[in-house]
Amino acid sequence: MSTRTKELIVLSIVTVFCIIVYWFKATGRMHGFQFSTGMSIVVSALIFLSLVVVLILTLKGRLIGRRLVFLYVAIGVSLPFFMSITQEIKISPEVQTLYDGLAELPTGSKVLVAFDYDPPSAPELQPMAESLLRYCFNNDLKVVVMGLWPQGPQQANMAIEAAMRDESIASKNLQYGVDWVNLGFQSGNEFVIQRMGSEFKSMFPTDYAGRPYDELELVQNVHNFSNIDYVFNLSAGFPGTIEWVQVAVDRYGVKLGAGNTAVQAPQCYPYLRSGQLIGILGGMNGAAEFELLTGFTGKGTKFMLSQSFAHMIVLSFILIGNVAFIIDRRKKKSPIR
Amino acid sequence: MRREIPLFITGVVGIVFVLQYFIPHFPFNKMNAWFSDWFSIVQACAIWLGVLNLLKISFQNIGRRKDDWGYAIVIVVSFLAISIVGFAEGEAFRDSGTSFTWLYDYIYTPLSSSMFAILAFFVASASYRAFRARNFEATLLLLAAFFVMLGRVPIGDVLTSFMPDQLQLSSLATWIMNFPQTAGQRAIMIGIALGIVSTSLRIILGVERSHLGGGD
Repeated sequence: MSTRTKELIVLSIVTVFCIIVYWFKATGRMHGFQFSTGMSIVVSALIFLSLVVVLILTLKGRLIGRRLVFLYVAIGVSLPFFMSITQEIKISPEVQTLYDGLAELPTGSKVLVAFDYDPPSAPELQPMAESLLRYCFNNDLKVVVMGLWPQGPQQANMAIEAAMRDESIASKNLQYGVDWVNLGFQSGNEFVIQRMGSEFKSMFPTDYAGRPYDELELVQNVHNFSNIDYVFNLSAGFPGTIEWVQVAVDRYGVKLGAGNTAVQAPQCYPYLRSGQLIGILGGMNGAAEFELLTGFTGKGTKFMLSQSFAHMIVLSFILIGNVAFIIDRRKKKSPIR
Repeated sequence: MRREIPLFITGVVGIVFVLQYFIPHFPFNKMNAWFSDWFSIVQACAIWLGVLNLLKISFQNIGRRKDDWGYAIVIVVSFLAISIVGFAEGEAFRDSGTSFTWLYDYIYTPLSSSMFAILAFFVASASYRAFRARNFEATLLLLAAFFVMLGRVPIGDVLTSFMPDQLQLSSLATWIMNFPQTAGQRAIMIGIALGIVSTSLRIILGVERSHLGGGD
């Protein structure tokens, strides 16, 4: 059987599996399908026992194929969705300071949220956006949304829709233009931030739907950053948090909190230590911690078990590979050989 | 003139941007606003240039039946489909319930998220086959990765729950991120910043001309 045929068979199996899962989900049959805690522990133990078998095979000089590694990752990510294991989520100092900065804001404060990411980073950043917006709307903070990435305002709309589905928020009957505004995307990267420092309207003469800036009640008196109480940047790269720090914080003295992908977060830690960033949410773990603080359990918290499993599996493979490498090196150095 | 005019524009704009940072008053503040607006306009045009270039290359690949020319058809069809739907729905094309939003939410978002998610599989495979403690530096990197990866997920603390709080893996990961990692990042950032300053000066003063094309 040729490789192309094998790939087509696997692709067909995966497609059929996805359709079945989707059908079960759409008809509500997936709801409530959970392993018991005991069963979850047994399944986890089986996964890790099979990793011991992989270790033994590797020690015997038989490296397993990459497709099997892929299978382990797929199992490690998907099975925890059905497990009933709870993990305690600890709040890190950088998430706590970010939350404290928000909690200090009096009712009616204006929060500018910059959505500088696109769908590939949404699994990490969208939960942060949703819990931030839920917090703002629940605490009567006014939200101004914008994006330096073309897809940013669309991600913002998705997050706002998710927040609006909450009963407590829906009952407030919040109005577009009064309680929140989506200014849309503007090209120009850090130059957009720089121009916003003198006049927001120069960069956003209309909102994302073409309504004139002056007709939006919320931003009628917002001319520059001095009329904004808190800026929150959700970023997946360039332009993003670093540009907001370099222009908005350093030149205009804004209070900035950031939510970053796990890959980008380490680059922002120097700004956190220097006080240029109030706080930072790093990756899905940051999102889960923020959800815990704000009291809205969302995707960040739900996916933490998958994240834990995926990390454990990657680490197991690193360990197995290195144990085999060290033993092999010793054998080669051995005088008997 | 094809080289002199871009060099002149680069020089003037570069010097104005440097001056306005230290002298934010007339005329530099006005010139800064003017050039910033122009930057946005030029970048918006660059997006169109990118789109047209992508289409041109895709059509060429289809016409010449180059390797994987089928993907070029997918690019062209997807581009045309989403553009036609977007333009047909007018200014409110991004509103909830529009066909454009449906395409964005149920086609574009899952597909691009999946592309990114594939990284997890390759990272696992690569770490099994290539991430080895071959020397001291690689061992340090490996140990840091080990503690940060475990400390950044709740399972790390579950595994070290018998230890005092400050010795648990999350505390260790926070310490690594706040001190050794930040120190390393700062060193890299300072190095990059010095490189940017020197390269920018060379470009503004017209010493560096490679970006204009045609050698030297």
